[in-house]
Amino acid sequence: MHQGIRAKSGLTPQTRSRSPEHVWMCVLIEAAVMVKWTDKERSLVQAVWEKVDIDVVGPDALARVLIVYPWTERYFGRFGDIFTATAVLQNAGVAAHGRVVLTALDAAVRDMDNIRGTYAALSRLHYEQLQVDPENFALLADCITVAIACKLKSALDPQSQATWKKFLSAVVDAMSSQYN
Amino acid sequence: MMNEFQQADSAGPPGGAATLPHDVKSPCCVNSQGKGNTSIGNGLHVHYPTGKMTSLTAKDKDTVKAFWAKVAGKAEDIGTDALSRMLVVYPQTKTYFSHWKDLSPGSAPVRKHGITVMTGVADAVSKIDDLKGGLLNLSELHAFTLRVDPANFKILSHNILVVFAIMFPKDFTPEVHVAMDKFLAALARALSEKYR
Repeated sequence: MHQGIRAKSGLTPQTRSRSPEHVWMCVLIEAAVMVKWTDKERSLVQAVWEKVDIDVVGPDALARVLIVYPWTERYFGRFGDIFTATAVLQNAGVAAHGRVVLTALDAAVRDMDNIRGTYAALSRLHYEQLQVDPENFALLADCITVAIACKLKSALDPQSQATWKKFLSAVVDAMSSQYN
Repeated sequence: MMNEFQQADSAGPPGGAATLPHDVKSPCCVNSQGKGNTSIGNGLHVHYPTGKMTSLTAKDKDTVKAFWAKVAGKAEDIGTDALSRMLVVYPQTKTYFSHWKDLSPGSAPVRKHGITVMTGVADAVSKIDDLKGGLLNLSELHAFTLRVDPANFKILSHNILVVFAIMFPKDFTPEVHVAMDKFLAALARALSEKYR
């Protein structure tokens, strides 16, 4: 699948520029956008994540996206009936996909210094194949936060919420990065 | 059970986006018998939401009032926690409170202002049938005296919702979530009324 996307975009290792200037520009750009984490922030993100049950939070977060922002239904015709709250909450496709999305977040938690790299291919997929408006990534991030708040309750103290928001903002930025 | 979409019988979109085109035999449409759908040919149709979706429906208002009745007793804690989180998670909001001695979570000025904010929210619940008219004075206050950028209403709303989720996880279902989100957005629109 990834080879198909790269072939479609015309970029292959053979054709992409390898000039020293090009390489140096990529390094500068990555250094500029790379998010910096203190040790405290790293441990806060881990502490939040280890309390997250993907099987509960994933389905809850995606269900909330579809219910709270109903226009997002436009991307999920394959799930069948998602046009009422009841239908969304009973829909197996929604639940399964919620788990897929949260599982993808795990990759970023494991490698917080390479969030852009982790999501480059997924970003290009969402842009070129799925044609998802990147505004939706922010909506999903908000619903993930609410779903986590339901699960963690007061364990999500203000500092944890702030650090988690910083982390999700980096993920949203990475998911938007290949839209050009 | 009829959903909101099945009441639309006009061709145009009164409000909100249509679904992607799908087959008339899709499970979502089987019971609708073509009502509320707009055919686009080739055996495909789309659903358009009704105009009612763009403002608070009667069901939304009932949901808001019922949830508020459950949580009103904790309004002070909710306000304090929501404001505390806003100041920590969105530090740019601190620029409106440079006159406070202490901006830390749960501090005295934060608690006092949390009460002020939630009193306003309670007032809005009681005036839910006419937010624009009912909140004119508050709108003038925010527009001419406080001059808070309306983008911040969304930020505070988000933090209020997070606090609802934390304090009332069982009651803050997705249905309550959407009703409260719509209500706070309508509240924000009413507060923005006098800005320009």
